[in-house]
Amino acid sequence: MATISQPAGQPLRSPRSPEIRETYLNASSGLRSWLFTVDHKRIAWLYLMAISFMFLIGSAAATVMRLELLTPQGDMIQAGTYNKLFTMHGVVMIFLFLVPSIPAVLGNFFIPMMIGARDVAFPRLNLLSWYVYMFGAAFILYALVTGGVDTGWTFYTPLSTTNYTQNVVPTALGILIVGFSSILTGLNFIVTIHKMRAPGLTWFKMQLFLWSLYATSLIQVLATPVLAITLLLVAIERTLRVGIYDPALGGDPLLFQHMFWFYSHPAVYIMILPGMGVVSELISTFTRKNIFGYKFVAISSVAIAVYGFLVWGHHLFVAGQSVYAGMVFSVLSFFVAIPSSIKVFNWTATLWRGSVSLQTPMLYALGFIGLFVVGGLTGLFLAALALDVHLSDTYFVVAHFHYVMVGGMLLAYLGGLHYWWPKMTGRMYPEFLGKISAVVVFVGFNLTFFPQFVAGALGMNRRYYAYDSEFQIYNVLSTAGSTILGLGFMLPLLYLTWSLKFGKLASDNPWGSEGLEWKSATPPPTENFDEQLVVVRGPHHYTAKEQVVG
Amino acid sequence: MGEQASSIAGQIDILFWFMTLASAVITGGIALALLFFSIRYRRRSENEVPVQTEGALKLELTWTFIPLILSAFIFLWAALLFVRMSRPEPNAMEIYVTGRQWMWKAQQPSGQWENNELHVPVGQPVQLNMTSIDVIHDFYIPAFRQKQDVLPGRYTTLAFTATKAGTYNLFCAEYCGTQHSRMVGSVTAMEPRDYQAWLQGENNAESPAARGLRHFESYGCDTCHRQDNGGVGPTLVGLYGQQEQLADGRTVTVDDSYIRESILNPQKQVVQGYGPPSRMPTYAGRVNETELIDLIAYIRSLGGQQQEQGGGGDDSLPGAGAEETPGTGPNSSTDGPKP
Repeated sequence: MATISQPAGQPLRSPRSPEIRETYLNASSGLRSWLFTVDHKRIAWLYLMAISFMFLIGSAAATVMRLELLTPQGDMIQAGTYNKLFTMHGVVMIFLFLVPSIPAVLGNFFIPMMIGARDVAFPRLNLLSWYVYMFGAAFILYALVTGGVDTGWTFYTPLSTTNYTQNVVPTALGILIVGFSSILTGLNFIVTIHKMRAPGLTWFKMQLFLWSLYATSLIQVLATPVLAITLLLVAIERTLRVGIYDPALGGDPLLFQHMFWFYSHPAVYIMILPGMGVVSELISTFTRKNIFGYKFVAISSVAIAVYGFLVWGHHLFVAGQSVYAGMVFSVLSFFVAIPSSIKVFNWTATLWRGSVSLQTPMLYALGFIGLFVVGGLTGLFLAALALDVHLSDTYFVVAHFHYVMVGGMLLAYLGGLHYWWPKMTGRMYPEFLGKISAVVVFVGFNLTFFPQFVAGALGMNRRYYAYDSEFQIYNVLSTAGSTILGLGFMLPLLYLTWSLKFGKLASDNPWGSEGLEWKSATPPPTENFDEQLVVVRGPHHYTAKEQVVG
Repeated sequence: MGEQASSIAGQIDILFWFMTLASAVITGGIALALLFFSIRYRRRSENEVPVQTEGALKLELTWTFIPLILSAFIFLWAALLFVRMSRPEPNAMEIYVTGRQWMWKAQQPSGQWENNELHVPVGQPVQLNMTSIDVIHDFYIPAFRQKQDVLPGRYTTLAFTATKAGTYNLFCAEYCGTQHSRMVGSVTAMEPRDYQAWLQGENNAESPAARGLRHFESYGCDTCHRQDNGGVGPTLVGLYGQQEQLADGRTVTVDDSYIRESILNPQKQVVQGYGPPSRMPTYAGRVNETELIDLIAYIRSLGGQQQEQGGGGDDSLPGAGAEETPGTGPNSSTDGPKP
């Protein structure tokens, strides 16, 4: 580990030589050099800034909601305000944070590096997709500050197409525009992974992060257009009164739900597959083994992406869909659990006879597995027809998808961010604080969301601003947990920012990982690698001859 | 899971606890394995490199097929239960429910309307026929483990049999706008004798079919739909539950949804011999949802296959049509209402 002391504020130096080495961070400077960059690594930073801001907005909304729910009466804010808050929380967290989080930040930074390329296939398109994202986000934020939307992130018709609500059109247009950013990013990644791999890097030599992001990109490209069509039709029905979804105009309200979930269920996999990819990398590195049953795990990502398109109807079991349609969607939903369980068993088996090192990223990865298992299994409760009748639209559902999306995706994102932080910044984060944050987040998360399973099973409905007093105890626990969870999120925000300037300098490969991205200098030069890599071995192949640092 | 008060609640809860137990075993097993491996195989020296394992086909197949079999088993269990709870009992007492922002209205078979309340007898299968006046709502009774979305523009049904007297929470479970969380009420299950006493105590309302007849006359339906087949429109006597031949060659079962659609959108499914285009004007925007329910009750009272439906206390239902046969063409065709 490098121990060269250097005054703070100096340009970054390679720990190996005292001379200033050119990196992607100091290659050029000034705001313009960032806003007009086509370097995938700098674009990743643009996304990181943007989505962190969105995460703060979404969290603020959740905080007010949790405070309101401390007492059963609606006494802190108005019912309408509460409805706008949960709509804002959902829209911002899903479309502006979770969907772009791992793909646009970690994917952008590391896909080219993991395939030994110097950039993505279309660097300018990559920059464009960030601007498209910001443009769409501006619409959504505009709707938010000019009074908000209160339809819920699901925009169910005819509630969303009557004049009773406001600001639906700008929000829908914002989501539509952000969707294009998602499509462009997905397209870029697919082409990059197909065409830019280093010599020798065949498909089954690729790291699992690449497999999962490839599967994610397929969903982004194929499903997002359906969302665009759906929301455009909502806007058309609202403004031109053309009957599409509203029965009063001759439309069909269930049509909206079918179309909406045709995107939004696959989108759930956009929000978990990348997390699975990150966790595969973390487990490999911190056990010094390739993932057990590598090919099964790789193929299971693609299987999830394909199955994900066939299960949307499980959101409609009590919506008025026929009993037989319900049965088909139920059985398909059970099948989608199989590739997920294959992944979990293989991750666990990877630890067997490994060299397990419980550093911060690994703690996050283990937390991910635990929470994802709970989230996945409770998903089966909701896929089971007779049980879903009782549980759907209750807090059981809320707890279930937070276990998958926050417990799964967000923990994987934080784990990945810690893991790659040295490569991205050239600095180490403080390890002790990192471990604390991982534990605090895990504890806070469970305290927040586990009581919601209980409240839901007892019949507490979601989207209720005031509730029956029998459920208060679970809500008090949940609010207490969310306070701890909030602290857990603040910690990394503070110490990661601090480490940008004061963190220990990182070596090229502080974890001793065999991942291709670690073959570059830290931080990487603009070209990523000084010379063209040629891949001869499979992913994460550790041998005793390898000199392992730190 | 909370209090059980319907015939299916116990079966749902067994499934729930079975799945909870299975999930706890799986989660616990994985957690223990992770914990054990993390300690047993912890990194002991910085340069340690473990033996590289590739995976094992037998193991992969094992943990593919065991979850697959378990999933198939739970799917079948839940699906069969679902089919059973979705199918209404043949002798079910039918209650009409309308949802609107932000209240529930329910109509007893004998005609009493209740707001945000519903009284049902214990042990009597009940079928709710529900529709919404504005947006989507959802009728949810946690103690009965039953819920169903209530859609504008069509009828959905929800079936249950209460097994325990008591008052239970009724919630709207589908987000429906500002006061969604205030769209709550109660369902009271009563012993049959108490239920009858309660019905007596309510203002003895006009029966739905009798109200339906008044609407039928005031909207002038009787001008064309006469008791014989001599009117501009087909007769409605003995029609309910029958298969009708449509002009486009298809057949349709005359049920609540078809009657509703024919009143609001007569051009959509025209009966053979009466168009297209049908000469009937639309009544959309003129007839409201409660009037529709009354009209359907009246048309049902004119006879048809499922005449026995609506057990409970609705003995007045078939009678209403028979005794107060409209003046316009009573003729000899009194074969409509069967006892």
